[in-house]
Amino acid sequence: MSVEAKRSPAQYRLRRLIGNIGFGFSVLVLVSPAILFFLWMLSLSFKNELDNTDWPPVFIPESPTLDNYREVFARNDFLRFAWNSIVVSFGATGIALLIGVPAGYGIAKMHAMRAAALILIARITPGLSYLIPLFLLFQWLGMTGSLTPIVITHLVITVPIVVWVMISFFEGLPPELEEAALVDGATIWQAFRYVAMPLARPGITVATILSFIFSWNNFIFAMVLAGRETRTLPVAVNNMLTFEQIAWGPLSAAALLVTAPVLILTLVAQKQIVAGLTAGGVKGA
Amino acid sequence: MMQQAETITASPSKAARARNYARHYGWFIVPAAVVVLAVIIFPWIFTIYVSAHDWHLGGERRWVGFDNYIKLFTDSRFGWAMLRTLFYTVLAVVFPMILGLAAALAFNRKFPLRGLARTIFILPMMATPVAVALVWTMTFHPQLGVLNWLLGQVGLPSSMWIYSANTVIPTLVMIEIWHWTPLVMLLILGGLASLPIDPYEAAKIDGANGWQAFRHITLPLLMPFIVVALIIRCIDALKAFDTIYVITQGGPGSASETINIFLYLQAFAFYNVGYASAVVVVFFAIILALAALLLWTRQRVKMK
Repeated sequence: MSVEAKRSPAQYRLRRLIGNIGFGFSVLVLVSPAILFFLWMLSLSFKNELDNTDWPPVFIPESPTLDNYREVFARNDFLRFAWNSIVVSFGATGIALLIGVPAGYGIAKMHAMRAAALILIARITPGLSYLIPLFLLFQWLGMTGSLTPIVITHLVITVPIVVWVMISFFEGLPPELEEAALVDGATIWQAFRYVAMPLARPGITVATILSFIFSWNNFIFAMVLAGRETRTLPVAVNNMLTFEQIAWGPLSAAALLVTAPVLILTLVAQKQIVAGLTAGGVKGA
Repeated sequence: MMQQAETITASPSKAARARNYARHYGWFIVPAAVVVLAVIIFPWIFTIYVSAHDWHLGGERRWVGFDNYIKLFTDSRFGWAMLRTLFYTVLAVVFPMILGLAAALAFNRKFPLRGLARTIFILPMMATPVAVALVWTMTFHPQLGVLNWLLGQVGLPSSMWIYSANTVIPTLVMIEIWHWTPLVMLLILGGLASLPIDPYEAAKIDGANGWQAFRHITLPLLMPFIVVALIIRCIDALKAFDTIYVITQGGPGSASETINIFLYLQAFAFYNVGYASAVVVVFFAIILALAALLLWTRQRVKMK
């Protein structure tokens, strides 16, 4: 009897331990593709060409080098492309916030389900399908060759994201506070500007982050519309592949520089990103 | 919902006032409506107009009515692109759904460093697709790529990856899985967090084991969230372009030429914008039909 009682908790503990080890192993399997990929990217960018094309592959270089990064800045107009990317992403996000936050508020207040559905359809349409008509339009207007058409096309991505996120945030706000303001004689604009908007600040943060990331990451719009001078970073880095097939080091360094702002933003604002993505299921065009 | 009910039952004067307000709130939407009209609605309508023309960039255009559509349905290259897209989409939906569900169940449990592990897990989804695609391309190198070295380490024969017509689509799907499983995980994890505890306690008292609880409680309660994840995954898989374009541009030959790549080549490599617009219209119709079908499924799941 006493032996039985002693053994079964031990057995139970052993089984739990095995279960925990199995679980820990499966978590490791889940995260390793992401970890290994980014580490390999890092490794490629810090190795010279000899190490990068060595067999078996060199994982940790004996003498890590910054030459690849130097080359990226020396050989390309990297800073100009970075500036283009910044102008486009901030511009498209800023405009989307300016018009999208009030629109989200209006749609939420009016229960304008048809407008919401339209925004949803806009979000699921492939980005490529906007490109032909907009390309013809910009050509007709003589606007190709500047950053303006790229900013305008990025609105196709950023406006639906901002409106969609803001609708769900404004719908979640209790209406009593604004109603109190209205009763006290505020105009509906004041009720929006001084009551609803401050309350929805977390939503605005989420919308800003997501809209910025998906604009930054976007490739096709700029690829078709950009000239030599107006390339954004993803387009510039893709051009490097076409012309420098074998230069793995500089290519990885450039790729890492392009995606680093987004990765850092993800690490910092993980909570907001998760909230935004699960609330609206938004993703760029 | 509450407010809607209120408007219906309220006295006429109150309803009139609510309508009055609604008209004012309309002004909030005007600026966005103008932009949406210009960059979203106008392209839709203009695409239909262009699709009725034999229209070449920098060349002449001619009204041809439905000719582009008729040509499309007899174009075997388009037919193959459709089949490839179907193949790609099925693979790129099934695997992320299964893995995403498993990952969501894992991340729903409490364990040390869970926050960090989850952040790392979602990094691929946020990374710039073009940058990531470039590095993937390097790992596929048949002689010097790290992936063939990995295969060798576990005793498997090396693969041609993107350089062979037989393996190119599964390889691209592999990247898609790596990229978008995190989104499925997040959407399902959100559902798991909202599950009630009571049924599990009842099941425990009734002596149900873990699998039974999962099969008969978790899965049915989770169904609406799984369907939403499925809708988003299907649409995103159909839309896949960046990675395929950067890595293979539809090659080798046309072995990875999906509808999106076909569309891009027609428009911006052959400058055949009339024909490409017809592709856009057909593609858009497919996506809308699929979304409608899945939304209908979701409604049915919800009613049960």
